[in-house]
Amino acid sequence: MKYLDEFRDRDAVASLAAAIRAAATKPWRLMEVCGGQTHSIVRHGLDTLLPENVELIHGPGCPVCVTPTEAIDRAIALALRPGTALCTFGDMLRVPGSRGSLAQAKAEGGDVRMVYSPLDAVKLAQQEPELEVVFLAVGFETTAPAHALAVLQAHNLGLRNFSLLVSHVLVPPAIEAIAASADSRVDGFLAAGHVCAVMGEEQYRALVERLRVPIVITGFEPVDILLGVLLCIRQLERGEARLENPYARVVRSDGNRQAQAMVSEVFEEVPRRWRGIGELPRSGLALRPAFHDYDAERRFDLSGVRADDDPRCVAGEVLRGVKKPHQCGAFGTACTPERPLGAPMVSAEGACAAYYRYRRSEAQPATASAT
Amino acid sequence: MCLAVPGQLLSVTGEDPLFRRGRVAFGPLVKEISLACLPEVKVGQYVLVHAGIAISAIDAEEAQRVLALLESLEEDEP
Amino acid sequence: MTAKRPAPFELSCPLPDDGADTIRLAHGGGGRLMQQLLRELVLPALTGQALTRQHDAAVIETDGRRLAFTTDSYVVRPRVFPGGDIGRLAVYGTVNDLAAAGARPLWLSAGLIIEEGLPRGELAALLRSMREAADIAGVRIVTGDTKVVDRGAGDGLYINTAGIGLVEPGIDIHPAHVQDGDAVLVSGDVGRHGIAIMACREGLEFEPPIESDCAPLGGLVQVLLGAGLRPHCLRDITRGGLAAVLHEIAEASALAIEVDEAAIPVSEAVASACEVLGLDPLQVACEGRMLMVLPPDQAARTLEVLRVHPLGAGASLIGRVERRARAEVILRSRVGSRRILDLPGGELLPRIC
Repeated sequence: MKYLDEFRDRDAVASLAAAIRAAATKPWRLMEVCGGQTHSIVRHGLDTLLPENVELIHGPGCPVCVTPTEAIDRAIALALRPGTALCTFGDMLRVPGSRGSLAQAKAEGGDVRMVYSPLDAVKLAQQEPELEVVFLAVGFETTAPAHALAVLQAHNLGLRNFSLLVSHVLVPPAIEAIAASADSRVDGFLAAGHVCAVMGEEQYRALVERLRVPIVITGFEPVDILLGVLLCIRQLERGEARLENPYARVVRSDGNRQAQAMVSEVFEEVPRRWRGIGELPRSGLALRPAFHDYDAERRFDLSGVRADDDPRCVAGEVLRGVKKPHQCGAFGTACTPERPLGAPMVSAEGACAAYYRYRRSEAQPATASAT
Repeated sequence: MCLAVPGQLLSVTGEDPLFRRGRVAFGPLVKEISLACLPEVKVGQYVLVHAGIAISAIDAEEAQRVLALLESLEEDEP
Repeated sequence: MTAKRPAPFELSCPLPDDGADTIRLAHGGGGRLMQQLLRELVLPALTGQALTRQHDAAVIETDGRRLAFTTDSYVVRPRVFPGGDIGRLAVYGTVNDLAAAGARPLWLSAGLIIEEGLPRGELAALLRSMREAADIAGVRIVTGDTKVVDRGAGDGLYINTAGIGLVEPGIDIHPAHVQDGDAVLVSGDVGRHGIAIMACREGLEFEPPIESDCAPLGGLVQVLLGAGLRPHCLRDITRGGLAAVLHEIAEASALAIEVDEAAIPVSEAVASACEVLGLDPLQVACEGRMLMVLPPDQAARTLEVLRVHPLGAGASLIGRVERRARAEVILRSRVGSRRILDLPGGELLPRIC
């Protein structure tokens, strides 16, 4: 496929790996912010191509990973409510709540439907006016426009049976919390390219100034990721801290204005609890008062459904980059992709699941990579 | 969460900006995608699609610049 | 109340589970959860000598002749999909299980479980399709059974088929025969059936349309054996895809397998769909593809023989068996790195995250 195959080219990957080896004279630790990047790194074995002194730390992961137990429990409560269909993305089905997942709720007769887009849930609500359709809206800034659009479409269509259960998060406050925490081990960040496709560069320029660390806006293909690593290391070696954007084929400096306008029409910034990290100020989105009719938390009484996260899980330390997934006592034993304890084991791109899937027993690095 | 894939816009339907859609080809797979966030996009362009919505139009020149940079890296090698 | 009371008598069996009290769809997905269900529940309950060998078909010796015997149930939804239907699948699937044991497939039984309300015309069409498939595969449906269940107790139509085939003297095909250094081949591109089904369910549109790869592989295997080739192991690739089959062979032979991503044939349609849905093509089901493990000196000749057969035209040498510390599957990635190829977990879900 065009714009994918070129960025998976074996020779380009080899020369980037060689350039990184040549550029890195000191030990550097970089964090890739997005779980999608983690997935690509392990799927393509990119970390095995890096020199020993360059370490990739898997960052806040994906919104699936950081969705609190309580949000899952509330989604399950809605799925089990008669006359209600709970729609969500495929990955959310296996996320553990305090007593099982949405997949288990489905096996027990709950109405859980997997959709490709929140707009499909709007269509369902239109087709079945007697059915209460709730979409579990999790995501980073990348997905917020899709959720905003779903609400605007439902509003425009006059639908009274569509609502969102919102657990949306914002990336910059998490980067700031990680970089500012006392035990942070991160020298530079690879920012999430698709978040930036929506939001643009400005927030990250501000972060660079406040945190004085290099941030490189990075795509998801092997070439993009290694290029992000290379540019970040070159900055570190020169003692610089700038924002760079080698993913300009997708990310404009002001992002997608139309998408931003839709998001701010529908949502406002609120404090949000992150699984493993805790509550961060202005780190989440909630529906604005004008759209409270579409808020599942207000439409249905969910205040009785409360839960805390599992204490055995060290997701917080993994997400902060303090621990690698396999350094967790429960990794691969009490916690596996089939029976996940914490969120990063759930999503295919969660840091723990990615480790379990590809790195459980270490494959030898390819000797041919240097040629 | 940010699985987004580039595809080529084949055709556009719908007048209302909220409901404007396009048929987008990902290789031989064709999907109907919302264009509500990309009002300016033209048939033939490549768009990046996430959760059924086009969130960015791909800039062919910028893509070429990265590929050219890679070629220069390869030439630098002994 | 210091005396120790006897534990209450319980009728329930303390079977281990995955923490859930109910069977989920993922338990049938051909992945880790399904293996767990088989290992912990089904096999211990129903153990017989042949069953514990965990192959696609049991081989039974009687009066000096060896019969391969297998059974499989078909619950596919939708019942009719591009390139096939549940009737055709019910014949080919069982034929392929027999073929994987090196048998010449001969006789099939057909058990129909029909849900009240199924249109008569549809049933007739599916039965015609079964008959046609049996003729193509060169097998005869010699016995059967029909049950009708209450509306809501089934999903339109389920079909079970059992099959018997004959294993010629000198043929012994089983994962336990796999050896260090063996070549690993696949008979064609992978993942078409799974994506064709998903295309129906998710309303995906392909131009040109994608068709299931469902096909009977008995003839292909007989051609190989007739040419004097002696594969150590054959497996037809179904749920869980190529990845699941590679894992089963690695585990059964206690050897590692290294495969080359670039050598694994995947059609453009399957590759594109997997990008959009966030799936790994190596985990997507086939219904007409055989994985073959054979001595390295037979690899070139096998490829030649396969490629002149219509069902083996896309055959490819994808890797080799190696003795290593662990019985694992290693993928040499397209970009030049190496990683573990994992067994899929359970149900394959399109992902957006």
